[in-house]
Amino acid sequence: MHISKRDGIVAWKAWLVRLLAIVLALLVDAIIIFAVVRLNPIDVYASMFNGAFGTEKKIWFLVRDLMILSCIGIGLAPAFKMRFWNIGAEGQMLVGGIMTAFWMINFAGKVPTWLLFVLMIVSALIAGGVWGFLPGLFKAIWNTNETLFTLMMNYIAIQLTSFFVAKWENPPGSNSVGVINRMGDVKNVGWIGNMFSKGYNADYGWVAAIVLVLAVAMFIYLNYSKQGYEIAVVGDSENTARYAGIRVRNVYMRTMAISGAICGFAGFLAVSAVSHTISTSTAGGRGFTAIIVAWLAKMNPFVMILISALLTFMDKGASQIASDFGLNEYVSQIVSGVILFFILGSEFFLNYRIQFAKAKK
Amino acid sequence: MEGLLSFLSSFPTLLHSGVVFGTVIMFGALGEILTQKSGNLNLGVPGVMYLGGIAGLAASFLYENVFCPGHGIEPVAWISVALSLVSCFVAAALGSLLYSFLTITLRTNQNVTGLTLTIFGSGVANFFGGSLNKLAGGVGQVSVKVASEAYRAFSFDLVATVDSWTERIGFGLGTLIFSYGFLTYVVLVIAVGLWFFLSKTRYGLSLRAVGENTATADAVGINVTKYKYLATCIGGGISGFGGLYYVMNYIKGTWENSGTIEGLGWLAVALVIFATWKPLRTIWGSYLFGVLYWMFFYVAGLTRSSQEIFKMLPYVVTLFVLIMVSLRKRREDQPPASLGLPYFREDR
Repeated sequence: MHISKRDGIVAWKAWLVRLLAIVLALLVDAIIIFAVVRLNPIDVYASMFNGAFGTEKKIWFLVRDLMILSCIGIGLAPAFKMRFWNIGAEGQMLVGGIMTAFWMINFAGKVPTWLLFVLMIVSALIAGGVWGFLPGLFKAIWNTNETLFTLMMNYIAIQLTSFFVAKWENPPGSNSVGVINRMGDVKNVGWIGNMFSKGYNADYGWVAAIVLVLAVAMFIYLNYSKQGYEIAVVGDSENTARYAGIRVRNVYMRTMAISGAICGFAGFLAVSAVSHTISTSTAGGRGFTAIIVAWLAKMNPFVMILISALLTFMDKGASQIASDFGLNEYVSQIVSGVILFFILGSEFFLNYRIQFAKAKK
Repeated sequence: MEGLLSFLSSFPTLLHSGVVFGTVIMFGALGEILTQKSGNLNLGVPGVMYLGGIAGLAASFLYENVFCPGHGIEPVAWISVALSLVSCFVAAALGSLLYSFLTITLRTNQNVTGLTLTIFGSGVANFFGGSLNKLAGGVGQVSVKVASEAYRAFSFDLVATVDSWTERIGFGLGTLIFSYGFLTYVVLVIAVGLWFFLSKTRYGLSLRAVGENTATADAVGINVTKYKYLATCIGGGISGFGGLYYVMNYIKGTWENSGTIEGLGWLAVALVIFATWKPLRTIWGSYLFGVLYWMFFYVAGLTRSSQEIFKMLPYVVTLFVLIMVSLRKRREDQPPASLGLPYFREDR
């Protein structure tokens, strides 16, 4: 058996391999489900489908969650393109969320709503940007390992969130912030949907629209702008970049500030448009999942939306099976884990060609 | 001043909690050091610890609460302990085998594969942990009393004797040193053993060569694939004991779907950096992390919110060490040079 690198692969073949990987993963998941709970896997998958698309409301929830996951992925894209392992989306999102909640709690009704939104968004961008900039700065100056740096920044952000949750808890003693601006004079102030229209899906419509715009913008930025080109060169080879006269340090710092800022913006969306509260689970592991999303999509924002859709579908579906068949909700992590393993493994067949030596007679 | 005095007098108790806490992450970190020395950055440590913890718990549970009552016999402590140790190691090593297959054979990205392993491991563990709870009749109802007591057993006589010797200096040295379950001492043996293996044996030298410069190691005839697989799987198995220790000693033989193990797993990764990839440094490093983590409990006059700032300490300290290491550029403190990079012989 001989393994060699492929030069490239035809698009339809690539998609066939990926599709095959997903089908295989679903088969393995079906076997696991059957082995553990002895349920008919077809029923289980039908119930999953129902869980994701069953009602209009469920579809909106699906759209909302997949868009937020994509938003984090879009934030990670420039960093990964630069081969900078930003594992810190979780923390960048949380600090963005903290800033958003800060203005919502303390300034709702005291400043005009439009100003409140400006303050929320700008401060979320800055907070996330700083959280991304710091590892970029140290990488640029002292070549400090960014994977480990950003990982630590996550936990600092989580503790910071716990600190503010304890400070802002409402009602006192509940150890949670509760829904911010739920009633009274400031009812729904700072909720993104309320600013423009009514109804539960107004929030989510805005989320979808904003993230789609971001996806287009990021696609253009990475593929058609000078800065995007610099990022690609630095990612391919730092030495080439230096030789070409690109100021590598500046690219590191600038790109990480942008990356962090978009992740901070995802935190703004999560607080202002979705949960209307802040807690240590505001990011809820999505910062990590988005890393996988961005990587599998090869930093293409539109493919990210597709992969996020698949993962969010599995997640919603699995919660539905959990409630339908009395399972535990963690089944969704097992199911997505298996799918991700298969998609990851399938990359090998896209990048390498396997030739079996013909037996000599 | 009075606050400082009360803090000092409670220091032995703090140290005691620090040791128990530290043991969990020391297991995780030692396994990860072995893994990283082969050049594999396995971010699946939390997942592997989860797998080890749940497999060990499930083995003891099935033996004590299903097998023994079914056959009308009393559970035997050492059998329950042995079963959980073996299952823990096997499950955690299998999780790492999956990671090894994907990253070494299929050459997938290590960060992404590791994170997926964390998602998968935490899913499996919490799924089965929740189901065990259900089997046992409700949340927090799983209990493997026999095994957990055996895990936490220590000699009261020894502790009392040594305590009486040190009565004069105001605290019990016996309690501080001898009042832990056996795994607390096993981890020290593993730390010393790993140090010996890495720096004093030929195999250890070869393993380090693989992690530093894979192509060179390959060129001198070291079986790179074998070393990477073995180091990652055995390392995973060792990390798994961290999960088991947490389940059996820290929360006394039950299960909670709280995500604590995940946080501890990341702290184990932090400890690897803090110890600059040196097994012996994890010993005091882990106890220091434990002390820093519990400090908030013993500092007088903290509000609930400022406690949270205190819990930040282990991470801030690690970050500081990380920056200092990169700043001073001492060669012996650096991560393995090919850490995180895939290896394909024909790439050159």
